[in-house]
Amino acid sequence: MKKDNTLISINGLSKFYGQKHAIEDVSFTVHRGEILGLLGPNGAGKSTTMQIICGVIAANSGSVNIAGHDIIDAPKQAKQNIGFLPEQLPLYGDLTVDEYLFYSAKLRGIKKQSLNDQIISCKRRCGLENTGTRLIQNLSKGYKQRVGIAQAIIHMPPIIILDEPTSGLDPKQILEIRELMRELSKDHSIIISTHILSEVEAICDRVLVINEGNIVLDQYLKELLAGDNSLESVFLHLTGGSS
Amino acid sequence: MINNIILIAGNELRRFFKSTLAWIILAIIQFLVAIFFYVPLVMYLQPASTASGLTDAVVSTMYGFAAYIILIMSPLLTMRLISEERQLGTIRLLFSSPISITEIVLGKFLGITIFYLLILLMITLMPLSLLFGTQLDLGQIASSLVGLFLLMTSVASIGLFLSSLTSSPAMAAISTFGTILFLLIIKIGGTNSSSEVALVFSYLSIDKHYNNFLSGLFNSVDIFYYIILTVFFIILCIWRLDSERTYG
Repeated sequence: MKKDNTLISINGLSKFYGQKHAIEDVSFTVHRGEILGLLGPNGAGKSTTMQIICGVIAANSGSVNIAGHDIIDAPKQAKQNIGFLPEQLPLYGDLTVDEYLFYSAKLRGIKKQSLNDQIISCKRRCGLENTGTRLIQNLSKGYKQRVGIAQAIIHMPPIIILDEPTSGLDPKQILEIRELMRELSKDHSIIISTHILSEVEAICDRVLVINEGNIVLDQYLKELLAGDNSLESVFLHLTGGSS
Repeated sequence: MINNIILIAGNELRRFFKSTLAWIILAIIQFLVAIFFYVPLVMYLQPASTASGLTDAVVSTMYGFAAYIILIMSPLLTMRLISEERQLGTIRLLFSSPISITEIVLGKFLGITIFYLLILLMITLMPLSLLFGTQLDLGQIASSLVGLFLLMTSVASIGLFLSSLTSSPAMAAISTFGTILFLLIIKIGGTNSSSEVALVFSYLSIDKHYNNFLSGLFNSVDIFYYIILTVFFIILCIWRLDSERTYG
């Protein structure tokens, strides 16, 4: 591993869908303990970038290095270090919460001895203590979201990647999820994507704006907001909206 | 590697038995096969019966019809294997986990194969019940079992591959059904077996090789036919999921 605290380094990532450029020459790094907010209008390439980092889809060019492992050359070691929550929750409605967490824990290769402890502590962190025996399809949207986050952190990965973790939740649930993310950031690096600007201001250390497949801004939030700028005006200016 | 395959297979079976579909299919197959066990048995017991032997007249007839019933039901068993993972979005959970695509596909295949073995066990209990009253040609039964099992694995891998092409289980079921039907009727091209082309057609048919097993004939050619079919579609399925990651 590199001496500096770089957990993810991404170099010159490009991805085409047919003729269409989804992302083009995207490069950035994420450091240990950082919360990175990925911002951008719909269709800008946020989800594509996240899926490439997690190895769900492969890039046409460029490289992704996770905690010293290349996602293409050493996918198993690299994926061990990541927890991913896709935009569409990857849940089996016909399993109970316990069965599902058990399965996702084993998929991530957690050893038998620590399996039960991990599941219990993970459920406590996500506020799922009393839902263990319920079927996932009977849970409310907010609780499903928590189960989704729980599967992403169950193996205590150094990196957590969350694609729109608060979409479709009510304000109270959003606050709870934010609280959870702040809690998680103590010992994990987090990348979240969102279109809610206030969310970025509330929890992120660093902002990355993607527009039409290119990175147009990569800056620490403190520096960005040091002047008279508001995040909203910067965002609209960069993505071509009127401000 | 093995652990991951067993994990995927286990989850597949667990979810299978949570759905009513699995139980209904088991019940229907059992009921229909029972008819084709009972009717030949009653006919055999008629004083006027001219059948040569019990195993041939009853057991082979039953396994012969059982194969058709299973071929018809099979698309419903295999349709959701991968298409549903895609529909639910859980395929991303699998892809982002430290397991390989080969392990995913083999795990799915193992899961469905265990379910087919269960069907095989259930229907085999019927002919075995005859052992209480008479003797059977156990060698011929074993040969039929091997034949039916190989037939099952090949339709399972066809279904698995076609299920990997779509996100709709219904689409997977229809295309699997069409493929199986095609492999059944291709022998019509071989009815005029004087020409060599016709021989090839009849050779490709999925049930021609099965009939050898039913009569107790244990040809390595027949075994290889099913193994090649199975391996071919499993490899296609792995390729398909791999290319989905690259180009999709």
